[in-house]
Amino acid sequence: MFACIHGPAANLAQIAADFSPWFEQTAPDTVVFSIDPLRRIHGTPQQIGQAVAQRSGDRVHVAIAETADAAILAARNFPGLTIIPNLGDLEVATLPLLPEDLSQTLETWGIHTIEQLAQLPETGIVERFGPTGVYLQRLAKGAIHRPLRIAQPEITYDDRIDLDHPISLLEPLLFLIARILNDQCSKLMSNAMAAQEIMIRLELEDRTEHLRTLRLPVPMRDSKALLKLLQMDLEAHPPQSATMALSLTLKPAQPRTTQGGIFLPAAPAPDKLELTLARIRGLVGEDNAGVPELLDTHHPHPFRLVNRQPQISSQTAIASHQAFRYFRPPLTATVDLDCNRPARIAASGVHGKVLNAAGPWRTSGDWWTTEPWNRDEWDIALTNGALYRIYCDPDRRWFIEGSYD
Amino acid sequence: MNPNAALTTTLGFRPDVQARETLPTGIASLDQIIPGFPRGAISEILGSESSGRTTLIHSLLAASTANLEICAYIDTDDSFDPVSAAAAGVALSQLLWIRCGHNAGHALKVADLLLHAGGFGVVVLDLCQVQPRIANRIPISYWYRFRRAIENTPTILALAEKEPLARSCASLMLELQRQKTAWAGAPGFKLLREVEIEAIPRKPVRPVKANFKAQATG
Repeated sequence: MFACIHGPAANLAQIAADFSPWFEQTAPDTVVFSIDPLRRIHGTPQQIGQAVAQRSGDRVHVAIAETADAAILAARNFPGLTIIPNLGDLEVATLPLLPEDLSQTLETWGIHTIEQLAQLPETGIVERFGPTGVYLQRLAKGAIHRPLRIAQPEITYDDRIDLDHPISLLEPLLFLIARILNDQCSKLMSNAMAAQEIMIRLELEDRTEHLRTLRLPVPMRDSKALLKLLQMDLEAHPPQSATMALSLTLKPAQPRTTQGGIFLPAAPAPDKLELTLARIRGLVGEDNAGVPELLDTHHPHPFRLVNRQPQISSQTAIASHQAFRYFRPPLTATVDLDCNRPARIAASGVHGKVLNAAGPWRTSGDWWTTEPWNRDEWDIALTNGALYRIYCDPDRRWFIEGSYD
Repeated sequence: MNPNAALTTTLGFRPDVQARETLPTGIASLDQIIPGFPRGAISEILGSESSGRTTLIHSLLAASTANLEICAYIDTDDSFDPVSAAAAGVALSQLLWIRCGHNAGHALKVADLLLHAGGFGVVVLDLCQVQPRIANRIPISYWYRFRRAIENTPTILALAEKEPLARSCASLMLELQRQKTAWAGAPGFKLLREVEIEAIPRKPVRPVKANFKAQATG
């Protein structure tokens, strides 16, 4: 059996928690809980109801019924204390989630009370109203037995260690971090969750804080992988002084669920790839590993490198286009002109007579910014057959931008 | 047991290796003379400046990304041009681009990390602009290590370079030569139109050559 408390009391959850730790709060003004475990303490349903009503005060309604939904319906419609109510005389309109069109149809049929609705043939209800009608009729019959949706307290994944002596080396610090991570990852696993973000806060000896946040591309809960990521991040961004206390917070998220296809090619596992990328970024720099992205601009370098993992995308058409290779930085060149066209070029590793030249292609832009560009471009072929793109800036300085390869 | 099989077992010879799975480049004339780039092996693409090495690399990446694979481009000298790669059909969102800032040592370490991480369709190690005196100093143990890392995987390690480096560790070696450059327009108003490239298989040696054309971008 179930008890329902309905009313304007501010501490309904607390009242319900005094009787049972497992209660459902269906609305801000309604809580429902099972009273079966209370029989040995308080006695009969009547005595339990009186105890609940006494604890709740005069302004709330208390109802005890066979099912949770019947108790809720009774508490919402009968004042004071109601024990095993007769809901048959209640109007159909008191049923929760009653659609407007269904209410009007029942009105035209002359069905006014819950008892009348309960007596209608179930087959006819299914044919005319579908699953909603069946649910309402079963509610009217008191035939819905469902488990309570228990209100769970919010689970946090954080921990803190205060140290007796400051730690200045990374290795002993990682030992402590590993201890926290192991506990928190076990907690995540037991709750079927994973970490989307890790935040580590180090309280330092010089009374400052060192805060680092790692946003993971996919939710992870492998403590070894997370520890390695934290290690590489702290190696790249070490604290300024010794650590006096550390706290670690994991932001929970639903774990990644994927289904591989037998005919799909294998791809790097995102968590493993993130670890590899962290190692690579430690080697070549934070901004030198990622995915190329084209920009909608006429700038000579209309692309950038985005710091994220590659992902499968829609297919593009394959065509045999000549590739270009940049010289970074561009090679400074000396160019001899003949009738304002390049005739000979000399630069570090590149020199020769120009056989063919196409240009000049004059481009400019971003003159409204602090980094404008303005240049005349040429495509040239040298006597050795090599093809280059060269350009001349407004100061008449020549550069080799790259080669066609 | 027949004598041949007994001899093979006794002397520890490996049985005939089955034909490797390959990835065609999408260039019809080239795919006619070689079955494609062998998976689980090192392939070398050799050539001088403007010989078409990068064009062939882009075609290989385009074929791999069209196959819904993730690829990696290890850019030793920061020379990669995403615009021409996209024009060749490379799905850029499936490409991991690593700039090594003119450091060949970092490029080799990055290649090692990526090959051991696994899961890539094609890993390109671009050594085109590395000086031969530096490239020749790369210990040969790297190439054995790389070959071992990928030998039972579908990954292709493609090296783009001026001179052969992996040598005996490579399963395919293609030498590219520029044949002809086509210009459009009248003298004084020319426009680079296309380049004809010749591919010569150096390993395995084949008495045939393939010619293909690459259109100028833009």
